[in-house]
Amino acid sequence: MSKTVNIPIGPVHPALKEPVRFTIEVEGEKVVGADYEVGYVHRGIEWAGMRQNPIKTIHLSERICGICAFCHPLCFVQAIEEIGDVEVPERAEYIRVITAELERIHSHMLWAGVAAHEIGFDSILNLTWNIREKVMDIVEYITGNRVTYGMLQIGGVRRNITEKQYPKIREATQYYRELLDKIEDVFLRDPTIRMRSRDVGILTKKRALELCAVGPTARASGVPKDVRQDFPYIAYPDLDVKAIMPEEPIGDVYDRIFVRIREIGQSADIIEQCLDQMEPGPILAEQNVAKLLADLQNFEGEAVGRAEAPRGEVFHYVRMNKNEAPLSWKARAPTYNNVQTWPDMIVGEELADVPIIVASIDPCVSCTDRVTLIKDGKEEIVTGEQLHKLSVLKTKRVMRR
Amino acid sequence: MPTPAFFELVKQILSKPVTNLFPSKYAPASIKKFLKKGKINPPIKTPDKFRGKLIYEKDKCIGCGMCVRVCPSSAMELVGEPPKRKIKHYVSRCTFCAICTEVCPVKCLHMSDEFLLADFDKHSENLIVG
Repeated sequence: MSKTVNIPIGPVHPALKEPVRFTIEVEGEKVVGADYEVGYVHRGIEWAGMRQNPIKTIHLSERICGICAFCHPLCFVQAIEEIGDVEVPERAEYIRVITAELERIHSHMLWAGVAAHEIGFDSILNLTWNIREKVMDIVEYITGNRVTYGMLQIGGVRRNITEKQYPKIREATQYYRELLDKIEDVFLRDPTIRMRSRDVGILTKKRALELCAVGPTARASGVPKDVRQDFPYIAYPDLDVKAIMPEEPIGDVYDRIFVRIREIGQSADIIEQCLDQMEPGPILAEQNVAKLLADLQNFEGEAVGRAEAPRGEVFHYVRMNKNEAPLSWKARAPTYNNVQTWPDMIVGEELADVPIIVASIDPCVSCTDRVTLIKDGKEEIVTGEQLHKLSVLKTKRVMRR
Repeated sequence: MPTPAFFELVKQILSKPVTNLFPSKYAPASIKKFLKKGKINPPIKTPDKFRGKLIYEKDKCIGCGMCVRVCPSSAMELVGEPPKRKIKHYVSRCTFCAICTEVCPVKCLHMSDEFLLADFDKHSENLIVG
């Protein structure tokens, strides 16, 4: 019987957005066991949110994740609106959908670049991030900023999308629709990417259901799960949204790439639908922020807000108790569900495949910082760079075949 | 074997950089000399709704303190006693959400388009408004 080696990966690295620790058991190159440990970056955001008024917390929840900077406040705001029976104007709902879908396009483009980087195609990383600049410009054009939009307010949105802005948004959606075929060429029809991602990191439909995977990770495994379709919120009931799944889902990395790339096209369609259906009208239920602040002190009850973030379902629970601050606030990000699928995906694969499998669920975690390899009782430090190199070498090996 | 990405990448070699270059107008003097005094990389126009450094009209302010109540990063501070109460704003703590400009009853707060706010000292004169 051959000897197995435990490789701890993580948790701290200055470049990591969210530190996570892996313990990977290898037998030669093959992974025979995997475990993860999260919780190294507990920032106490919920604690802070329970000690200030909800108007402040909207901007705090924006900072839970820099990429899902719209979905988290959207969930929070929806929960507060449900508690206080605030009627959101229809136009505001459409503007919320447009911003959420623009965010999905930019997040999926960002992920596609990172995935390409993980398998050693840095040139494709630059290419996809180049394409992503267009949507960032549109987000800046609509909301004023590129990352934290500050778009939401309880009872609506803070900035209107004027008719003058429509042509520029349409131009951007058209740009992505035209480019979609090219993106598919680069990712889905590329023989090397296919070889690196087909049948790698498989998550079966049964396991996806058991582990409560969400978002593109679940959809790639054949679970038709999409909050926009199952529990339509804001203006989604009026829009044509259907969970995107591969024709014959296997649940491998390739399927996850497929789902995300198709969702870029879907988001472009949804934005165009919104622009067509949007009617002029008010965008905020309560214009006066000072009055809103006073009203919030009379809110009592509990509610949940849910939204389909680019990575899956975001879920916020809020309880108000006729106080300035909420009595309770709990946020659950999609990565929390999806990390549990890691051990299932990693076991049985090669060590060089670990970076792309880990990245394939689009975690808020880059990857590795430092690996301590224990070989024959001797400790050997392997940097994250070296693990990345291992992955790049495998791509080269696959290409040569 | 050329992959589909290969042809895309060849095209990229001939194109200009996509990201905005740092406006040389704001670069340190030594670099400016090198860049021929701001002729290269003119500053890119910010969008209409851009939120930059806060502008505070002190004379108009009535010192109600609403901005202090809604500021998510506690970047505002009340100074003095009413009726002469005014605010002090620390730009280094500001998250540029512009909620204070909306809540102000006399509209004495506005967002400018100034975005180059790097400084060695976070309490420098440039970074305290009011």
